[in-house]
Amino acid sequence: MDKEEKTLPEEIAEIADGEGVKTEIGEGAELAKAESADELHGENLNDRVKVLSPGMTVLKRFFRSKLSMIGLITLIVLFLFSFIGPLFSPYDDETVDSTPGKASVTITKIAYATEDGDSDEIAYQITVGYPSENIKADMNGKHWLGTDELGRDILTRLMYGGRISLTISLIVIIMETVIGVILGGLAGYFGGWVDQLIMRIVDILYCIPTLPIMLILSAMFTSRGIESIARLYYMMGILTLMGWAGTARLVRGQILSLREQEFMLAAKCTGLSTRRKIFKHLIPNVLPQLIVSMTLGLGSIILTEATLGFLGLGAPLGTATWGSMINYATKSEYLNNFPNFWIPAGICITLAILAFNFVGDGLRDAFDPKSKR
Amino acid sequence: MIKYVVNRILLAILMLFGVSVILYSLVRVMPVNYIEQKYYSTHQNVEVDSEELKQLMLDYNVEDLAEVKAQGRSELWDKVFRNGKPATDKDGNVKTSSPFIAATKSVVAGYWSWMTKFIRGDFGKSFKYNRPVEDVISQYMGTSFAISLISLVLELLIAIPLGVKSACNQYGKLDYITTVLTMIGISFPSFFFGSLVIKIFAVELGWFPVGGMGSSEIFDRMWHLVLPIAVLTILSVGSMMRYTRTNTLEVLNADYIRTARAKGLSEHTVIYKHVFRNTLIPLVTTLAGIIPSLFGGAMITETIFDIQGIGNIAYQAMSEGDIPFIMAYNMFIAALTVIGILLTDLMYAVVDPRVKLGK
Repeated sequence: MDKEEKTLPEEIAEIADGEGVKTEIGEGAELAKAESADELHGENLNDRVKVLSPGMTVLKRFFRSKLSMIGLITLIVLFLFSFIGPLFSPYDDETVDSTPGKASVTITKIAYATEDGDSDEIAYQITVGYPSENIKADMNGKHWLGTDELGRDILTRLMYGGRISLTISLIVIIMETVIGVILGGLAGYFGGWVDQLIMRIVDILYCIPTLPIMLILSAMFTSRGIESIARLYYMMGILTLMGWAGTARLVRGQILSLREQEFMLAAKCTGLSTRRKIFKHLIPNVLPQLIVSMTLGLGSIILTEATLGFLGLGAPLGTATWGSMINYATKSEYLNNFPNFWIPAGICITLAILAFNFVGDGLRDAFDPKSKR
Repeated sequence: MIKYVVNRILLAILMLFGVSVILYSLVRVMPVNYIEQKYYSTHQNVEVDSEELKQLMLDYNVEDLAEVKAQGRSELWDKVFRNGKPATDKDGNVKTSSPFIAATKSVVAGYWSWMTKFIRGDFGKSFKYNRPVEDVISQYMGTSFAISLISLVLELLIAIPLGVKSACNQYGKLDYITTVLTMIGISFPSFFFGSLVIKIFAVELGWFPVGGMGSSEIFDRMWHLVLPIAVLTILSVGSMMRYTRTNTLEVLNADYIRTARAKGLSEHTVIYKHVFRNTLIPLVTTLAGIIPSLFGGAMITETIFDIQGIGNIAYQAMSEGDIPFIMAYNMFIAALTVIGILLTDLMYAVVDPRVKLGK
């Protein structure tokens, strides 16, 4: 990197292998206590000096930050809750508790006129209903979060909902990243008309308002009668199509700036193949930003899914997702009287987004070579 | 500079064209069609005046719909446009043109007629409100604009001082608290936060009304808007605070701040005269990016609190298939976004003389 005499091709190649960009001996590098000269004698110096690789430095910084640890633990808990939790639940997401529920008492006031002409007589009709299913149960030992309007256990549905919501966001972010990296990489590496074409598409996607588009498409699915699980696949496809633009822009920007740096020139001088240049020198340097944007993106996909669910347009009817469960908050009956229907789902959504943001933020700080902490 | 701006404007027009093509094809694929919905319920018993219907479609700029439906041979459209007989060719055979091709042709034709009218400033007439779209938008935009503006001002008043403060005590207690609060603000979904606020402050405590706009009396209206404005402010204050903090940190590390300290200025002068002013530079540019949300309304928040703002109106129009309104509204938002991006870039050059445009 510097103007030292690095004439040997191996040295250039070594610099080009990305070491030059991050020649940072982790701050954890510390000399082992060399208490006496005798101990030093006869031992290799390498055994005594602990040098952290850049990867280890990042991990160390990440695990030192309290917020990112909180985020990571929350995520692990949420994933365990969603994927392992149902194994411990006595119910299924569709199981209806068919023990008789609590009796509902309705009192109707009937005003009638007697034969005498007194019109102020009032009678009360009391109807006691015994629902055959245990619907809308309060929180109790049997159903920790109660049951919903069909008698299904809310806690269990929350777990199954988490499965779908988390899976959707993982799949979408992976597809988005693959498309974004390929197209952004092409645009950045080749430039010219390829760049122009791809970036104009990215610009257009950036200008399209996401929520209205999702509303229109969801309305379309509903009226086309796409209500099965296929709807989830369509939704993932659309989220991917709308979301790859950001990744592509990021990758392109990074590659544009990296392309001009000395280590790429060195790579060119040593005659490395295009493939090696891209996969060994460019991609690893884009990776930190990519990982950060993926982590933050996971949160925003959960948010979009939940927003659609809240508007009643997300997952197919009856399928439990966190989004479809928060939809209860739109109906004033549930909003006012049954907070156990929607608050748990809301808390899960918020926790997931918060945790992804914490982890993403922690990763960003950890990857930042200028970071002092 | 002028060349750069002209270039950018031409690009913006290209972008808007792309957006309009995508939007129009999506909207037309949408099977919810206001006219059809309106007449479908009645056509079974009542004879529909086909002339009136045709005129209606012409008014609404979707006259080609009639043609597609006839070729796709929907019962309703046969009944309306061909006196109950299916479409036939010259020899009297029933036409079997593929509905897909017909639909494609019709969408292209429809797009062309929509675009020519749109360029001339004729945005069409809303199905739902039966008035020109621009009237509807301008009627409801005021409410949204007022709400967004108030919450923006509050946001700036809270975010900038706190951001600067927490940057000056980096890794201090205040910094830690604001960072966590910021993250919570960023991560809280608006619908969940809105519902919680309604549940707590309106339903349980009864301090504020559940929703709506109240009467036109000023205090009543303000009373109704307290919760939505609070929700909007709290949810958006986080990212602004973070942005201020990052910028302040950057400025604090600059050489001229070291110089200011070295020549013995008091910490107060350094922070409020040198740091604070330079922090504002990037903030000014972000303000341009807020334009779309300022005029476009907050769809979710307005829907939750049942405020008659442009976001809520657009949401209703979208769920009912009001094609002219959807098109005009979304193009409006897209245009605002484009203008926002352009202004952001120009503002950089205006506030920071080191930035040269056009490179």
